[in-house]
Formats: sequence, C-alpha cells, structure tokens
Amino acid sequence: MTAAAPQPSLMRAKRPSTPRQKIGTVLWFAAVVLISITTVFPLVWTIVTSLKPEGEILSSSLQIWPDAPTLENYVRAWTSVPFGRYFFNSTFLAVAGVVLNIFFGSLAGYAFARLRFRGKRALFGTLLSSLMIPGIVTMVPTFLVLRRFPFAGGNDLFGEGGMGFINSYWAVILPGAAGAFAVFFMRQFFASMPEELAEAARIDGASEFRIFAQIYMPLATAGAAVLGILTFQAGWNSFMWPLIVLSDRSMLTVQVGLAAFKSEHTTDYGPLMAGTVIVSLPVLLIFVLAQRYIIEGVAHVGSK
Amino acid sequence: MTTIQPTAVSADAMDVATREPQATPRRDRHSHPFRRPDPQELWGWLFVLVPMLLFLTFVIIPVVMAVVLSFTDYAVIGDVGWVGLENYRSILDDPIFGLALRNTAIYTVMFVPLGVLVALGTALLLNRDSRAVNLFRTFFYVPVVASTVATATIWYWLLNPQSGLFNIVLGWFGINGPAWLYDSKWAMTAIVLMSVWSGFGTNMLIYLGGLQGIPRELYEAVRIDGANAWQSLRYITLPGLSRTTFLISTLLIIGAFQVFDQAYLLTKGGPGNSTLTVVYYIYNQGFGGLKMGYASALSFVLFLIIAVFSLINFRLTSRSQS
Repeated sequence: MTAAAPQPSLMRAKRPSTPRQKIGTVLWFAAVVLISITTVFPLVWTIVTSLKPEGEILSSSLQIWPDAPTLENYVRAWTSVPFGRYFFNSTFLAVAGVVLNIFFGSLAGYAFARLRFRGKRALFGTLLSSLMIPGIVTMVPTFLVLRRFPFAGGNDLFGEGGMGFINSYWAVILPGAAGAFAVFFMRQFFASMPEELAEAARIDGASEFRIFAQIYMPLATAGAAVLGILTFQAGWNSFMWPLIVLSDRSMLTVQVGLAAFKSEHTTDYGPLMAGTVIVSLPVLLIFVLAQRYIIEGVAHVGSK
Repeated sequence: MTTIQPTAVSADAMDVATREPQATPRRDRHSHPFRRPDPQELWGWLFVLVPMLLFLTFVIIPVVMAVVLSFTDYAVIGDVGWVGLENYRSILDDPIFGLALRNTAIYTVMFVPLGVLVALGTALLLNRDSRAVNLFRTFFYVPVVASTVATATIWYWLLNPQSGLFNIVLGWFGINGPAWLYDSKWAMTAIVLMSVWSGFGTNMLIYLGGLQGIPRELYEAVRIDGANAWQSLRYITLPGLSRTTFLISTLLIIGAFQVFDQAYLLTKGGPGNSTLTVVYYIYNQGFGGLKMGYASALSFVLFLIIAVFSLINFRLTSRSQS
C-alpha cells in the first residue's frame, strides 16, 4: 500500500512521527480504503456485469473481468427500448432546466441581493419559506394546474377539453424553471459583491439591466456554473415527477425508461446493467470533469 | 461598458454625488412624493416578475388548491362535491394508511440516525491533513452522482438472494443471507441501507464544512488540559457541529417521510405491503385511483407529521446545544 508515501514531507514539517501515529495512519488508510470499496465497487461491478455474456453473469458473478467481454448487452438494451429517444428527452429537459434556472435564478437573485424595491423582503421571505414545504403537498395540485392550464394542449379558457401541458416537455420545464433554490443560491453570490461597482456605473448612466448583465453577472459565472451542474444532475436524475406527468412512451426520460425496462426484464441482469451504465454516463462524466466545483458547491450550500 | 476605469469613475462619482443627492441610496426616498421614481423600483420588479409568476403558479396556487381539494371528493372525472372533513375522518379509519405510516416510521427511525452517523463518521475520517483526503472524498461521494433508478437497479442485483454480492460476502462468513427484497422482514432494511449508501456523501460534505468552522485553538486548549481524543470529540467537535447536525437531521427527516423512489423501484411496495410508504400510498390514491381530494388530505396529514417531527428534532438539537 502507499500508506505513508504521500505524506513524508508533511510529517517532517511538523515533528517526527511516533510509532503510534504510524499505526494510526495505517488504520486510517485501511478504513478509508474499505469505505471506498463499498462506495465504488458496486459501480465497477455494474460495468463488469454489463460486459459479460449471459452465461457468465450468474455462474461467475464475482469474477472481476469477463472471460469473453461483449457489447451484446448494450446492443440488446439499446434496441429493445428506444433509449435514443429517452436520451434526447432527458437531455432536452435537463439542459432547459439549467438554462432557465441560471437565467431566472440570476435575475431574481440579483434583484433580491442588490436592488431596492417595495415588497422585496416579503417576497424573498415567502420564497425562502416555500423551501420548507414538502414536495408532496403541491404534487397533486401542480398536476391539475398543468392539466387545466388555459389554452394549452387543446384546453379552452377554463382549462377544459384537453390534457393541458400533461405529456409535453412543459410539464417538467415550467414548474422547475425558476426554483426557489436557484434564486437563493445566486442571491448569496450577488450579496457578497461590492456595491461601489454599481454606484459608479449608475453615475455613468448605465441602466440597471446593463449593470446586472455587464458588471455583476460576469463576476458570478463561477456560482452560475456550480448551479448549472447541480441543476443538470438533479434534472437528469429526477424520477417521480417525470413518471407522473410524462406517461406517453415517446416522452419518457432515461430514468423512467430504465425503471420500465427493469420491471419488464427483471432477471436480464446483463442488459439491465448496460442500461444503468448508459443512463449514468452523462452525470458520471460531468462529475469526473467538474468534481471540484460540485464538491465545493455542495459544501457552499450546506454552510448557508 | 465592459471595462471600467475605477480611478476616473470614482473621481466623477464624488463630484456627481455631491451635486445630486438622490444618486446615493437613501431609504426615505420612497416617502418623498416629488422626486422622480426610483429606477431600481421598476427594474427590481422586472427582474423578479417571471420567476415570481412561476412561483405563484406552481407553488402558491397549488398550496392553496391543496387545502381546498382536501375538503372535496375531486376525482378528475365526474362532479366535484364539498365533503367537509370527510376525507380527514376516513384517513383515521384507513387501515392501509395506518400500515403505510407505520412502514414510513420504521424507515425514518432507521434511516435518520444511520444517515447522520455515517455522514458524521466519514466526515471525521476525512477531516485531517493529508493529500489523500481529496481522492477519498471523491470516492465517498460517487454514489450521490448516480440516480436513484441506477442505484436501485444496481442494488437490485447486489441483493439478489443467490448470486448477489451481499449474500456472497455474507456466505464467506458462514452467514446464510436473507432473501432481502423478497422477504417482508428484510425488504425495508435493504431500502434503508441503499438510501444511506446513496445519500450520505452530500451530508458528509456539509459536515466537513462544519468541521472546518471549528477553531483549531479549541483543540489545542483541551489537549493542553489533558483531554483525550474521545473527550475532545465529545466536548469540542460535537457541540461545534450542533447547528450542522440540526440542518442535516432536519433534511433527513423531511426526506425520510417522503420516501418514494426507492420503494417504488426496488419492491413496488411489497412484499405484502411491507414497504408501502405514505407517499407511495398518496401516489397510488391520487394518480392510480384518481382520488385527488383524498390524496390532498393525505398529503396534508403527512405535512403535519413532518412539521411535528421537525419541531421535536429542533427541540432535541437545541437542548443538546446548551
């Protein structure tokens, strides 16, 4: 093991390590490696299983590398279910969520942090307290609002006659377009910026929108990026709401599609694991590329 | 105006500010009737207009609707009738709701303490000076990245009674593992284990943030006083984390009472309704049976239960703080 290898310089900087500290370090490494195995190994095992031919999956399930690796499971998963279509749906919904939440979250967050207007505190207070309402309370009525939305999806003025926004992208996009969390998150960033920049620009005659768009927004890009990543992950991974409002087969998201696939192929572990890998790939990729931002972002949110 | 020359502008600013006092932010300007309206007033409302309309449509109106619906027998098809407290009365005599509430309570009682302990334990492990910490922090966080559906599919395979990893590993120690998802005694435990596994990473990061906020001098001070590791954990670390613990336990309680995805995906509420949760039952009533009035009443009862438990939690954590 690389037990003490990464640290000699650190240790030397303090004081020579006693045998007791050395044992402590070894125990520490043993503990974190063990936990890492429980968190990472199931994913590795999933990938390995997805590459095994049908015969090998149950007979030698623990074998860490397949005797005859194959992509057959991926072909079966991809062809038995329109995963391509699901992929498009999920990508579209997640990206729309990211764009709208960054845009509206920044606009409203900026206004709540830096502008003076009547009713600001009451509005923000209401918004914040809504974060404490469990999602289940608004679930049925939100469904009804979408279904009976005037002039949508064959509805008349009174929301009769059609299905409204149900089974359309809007049913997922609209309720999540300007989440209270996004507004709150961006407000925290804007609130910590200096006021002098705005004062100077105001005297130069810049409009409030220009001050927002050209001075403050560029300073908040790091925050917006973190918000975007978190929103993408949440959107890509969301399950219950798309399950409720998107029931048409061509409208399913990858998560709902995989769940349906799972209940239809309960024992086809190969294609199931291949489907799981397909569905998880985008978020895993983003995580690998942007893990520093994600981890700092979550820690930042938690500290508020 | 992509670039601003700070020096030139600030000199100007001083100049203008003395000539036009309304350019400086003053609270009392709202009450002055003869001045030009504050441009910020208009822009502020413009900026929040669309988000607030969406908030009104998809949060405020639904909350009000939920109250109204819970007093009706609304069922999508057919006439709507006002039934007063009838829905709430039938909840009291609904044996399946009782069962779902019991299952949810069992889940919460297992999940919340375990979730707090695992998050705290892993955070304490990672709270040390070592470059390896970043790597292991990433490894610990990996389950959070996968969706509940992906996690459930993986666990469904891990928990397979014959060829699943769980029972293979238990077999190494001579333990004959249970049938997990097919055994009504073990299915909920399996769901709890999966939920803790998939969610602890986030709370671990929040705890790590909290640990960083505890001043190092405190540890130095108690070490000079001869405190051992356990004592410094008990008297410095845990009290220093009480606010974080309150936040995390509240989030876990709110989440635990609303558990749905895991039960829906792993067991469909079975075997023998042993994993039917309250939200699952609301989902079945509202979207399966289309009894939306009844489902709304159920969701308010759940809201009330969550509020009560959050309050108890608040009392407990604020007491341990003093």
